[in-house]
Amino acid sequence: MASLIEFREVSKIYHMGDSVVIAANKISMRIERGEFVAIVGQSGSGKSTCMNIIGCLDVPTEGQYLLDGQDVGGMNKNKLAEIRNRMLGFIFQQYNLLPKLNLLENVEVPLMYAGLGAHERKERAAEALARVGLSDKLKNRPNQLSGGQQQRVSIARALVGNPSVILADEPTGALDSHTGREVLGILQDLNRQGNTVVLITHDNSIAATAHRIIRLEDGCVVYDGPSTDPRAFVHAGIPVAQVPGEGGAAT
Amino acid sequence: MKLWESLKMAFSNIWSSKMRSFLTMLGIIIGIAAVMVIVGLGNGMENYMTESFESLGINTLTVSIRGRGSSRTVTADQMYQIVADNPEYLDLISPTVSMNTSVKFGSETSTTTSVTGVSEDYLKIKDYSVTTGRGLEYVDIYNRKKVCVIGSYVNETYFSGNGVGQTFKLGGNQFTVVGVLQEKADSEESSTDDAIYIPYTTASRLSYTGFMSSYTITVKDVDTADKGKTAVEDALYKIFADEDAYTVTSMAEMLDTMTKMVNVVITILAAIAAISLVVGGIGIMNIMLVSVSERTREIGIRKALGAKERWIKSQFVIEAAVTSMLGGILGIAVGYGLSSIATIIATNMLSVDITVAPSANSVLMAFGISAGIGVLFGYLPAKKAAQLNPIDALRYE
Repeated sequence: MASLIEFREVSKIYHMGDSVVIAANKISMRIERGEFVAIVGQSGSGKSTCMNIIGCLDVPTEGQYLLDGQDVGGMNKNKLAEIRNRMLGFIFQQYNLLPKLNLLENVEVPLMYAGLGAHERKERAAEALARVGLSDKLKNRPNQLSGGQQQRVSIARALVGNPSVILADEPTGALDSHTGREVLGILQDLNRQGNTVVLITHDNSIAATAHRIIRLEDGCVVYDGPSTDPRAFVHAGIPVAQVPGEGGAAT
Repeated sequence: MKLWESLKMAFSNIWSSKMRSFLTMLGIIIGIAAVMVIVGLGNGMENYMTESFESLGINTLTVSIRGRGSSRTVTADQMYQIVADNPEYLDLISPTVSMNTSVKFGSETSTTTSVTGVSEDYLKIKDYSVTTGRGLEYVDIYNRKKVCVIGSYVNETYFSGNGVGQTFKLGGNQFTVVGVLQEKADSEESSTDDAIYIPYTTASRLSYTGFMSSYTITVKDVDTADKGKTAVEDALYKIFADEDAYTVTSMAEMLDTMTKMVNVVITILAAIAAISLVVGGIGIMNIMLVSVSERTREIGIRKALGAKERWIKSQFVIEAAVTSMLGGILGIAVGYGLSSIATIIATNMLSVDITVAPSANSVLMAFGISAGIGVLFGYLPAKKAAQLNPIDALRYE
């Protein structure tokens, strides 16, 4: 059986005026079903590019990206939208809830685009919100909630369509450390229930929640292995703790 | 995704910024209302004119003869012959001789009653019907009899409703009433009910005029009235060899000319009013473009969650169309309101009996146009929204 996510020498090259930016340089990796993987790197390392490609928001310039065995590269925009709807659940740093809709309606959005009827949508959205502990606030607007609660709504929205991959982009970035840990706990629970979770972060302490770390530097994979290995947290041969300005701009 | 969902979303978005939506609609409201009132006014004027002309007899030609010098003239027989020569266009003819004679009913003298000498076909030409007694007949004409038919006002006022068989004096001659006409104008004084019709031959003799200066001819078909008119003119030209010696007026043609003029004016006015619809449409486009940039992030989120381009596009087009259609509905309501006000003003202040009534067609068209404007001017912003790159849109602050 094919891997859930497979990168075959994926490159992404941007042309900005005269200069050429290689955001991803022949990255190859596989992520299997049920894994909890953190893609770690400082800004400019190519992790956002990886996340966009995994999330089918972007396609590789070169190489192949196979999602559940299907080559995403050749798909048109409509097909990509369908894949995002069916197979991916996004969790963003800024929650990205729709402010005019209440929680239930927010969680219903992916199901609406999947073409489900109103009754089934409401049922499944309520169920998803119950899983993140927000069944008592279905009719609230996002701005009536704390940051942690909003992020839980966005988790509910990510998992409501039973996606193959839950893709979390800096999910704790806007939260204090306590609520951040809560959110990570939910992600761990989801993984234990069999969901594949891909976490994108620059923060080693958060990446350590995952079972496997893929570390990117300058568009290349520099480490791919279990999070228990100390080398997972080494930056360019130097232990990360000693790198000055951790989390700052990379070269 | 179903249309219903898009509509619901459009309504909630419009509702969430009521003030802005209303101001956006204003252009459409004003445009639709203005076009409706102007078209309604046009319809009202046309109806008013048609009614006025119909009461005069829209299928009639009026011939008035001035003659040429004293020698050349036309006799009633010649006129009858012209009608007989053109049976495909012309139908009936009656000379009309107006008399300025006093009418004495016993001791009473009427100054308002009109006395006209006509032929036996006149009642048919005017579509008058006799309620009691009989109309004028050919023998009356032929024998220059001193008989007459009277209008209902004359019958009621001077003969207490029993006019038939009674007599009265007309310029010293005794006339016998042979028939009473049906009421036409509420039996008022000086109206068409205050009239007496006598044989034209009798009238001609009494007024000592050798020839009849005025004729009324009916045409077979209102649509070929102009052909009938030409036939009469050609025949008269043969007799007089002078175009100034006679005038032939076709009621249908006059109505047609006036209707055309009114329509031209109304069309120009409506076109000017329609410019505000275009301005309104541009207003909608403008606000939709603002809305697209304000909602860039929302569009990014929706795309990330699986919205296809055509869904985003249709959502914005539907929103623009709904905005425009709501404007259209409000405009129709305002248009009806203004039409009633215009009617009241026309009737009470100008004392003209015009009803400003927008036709159902123009209302439907106004609604269709407003929807069309929404779709047309909403398309560009919607396309822009649909083509946003989701990555950029998600990053948009």
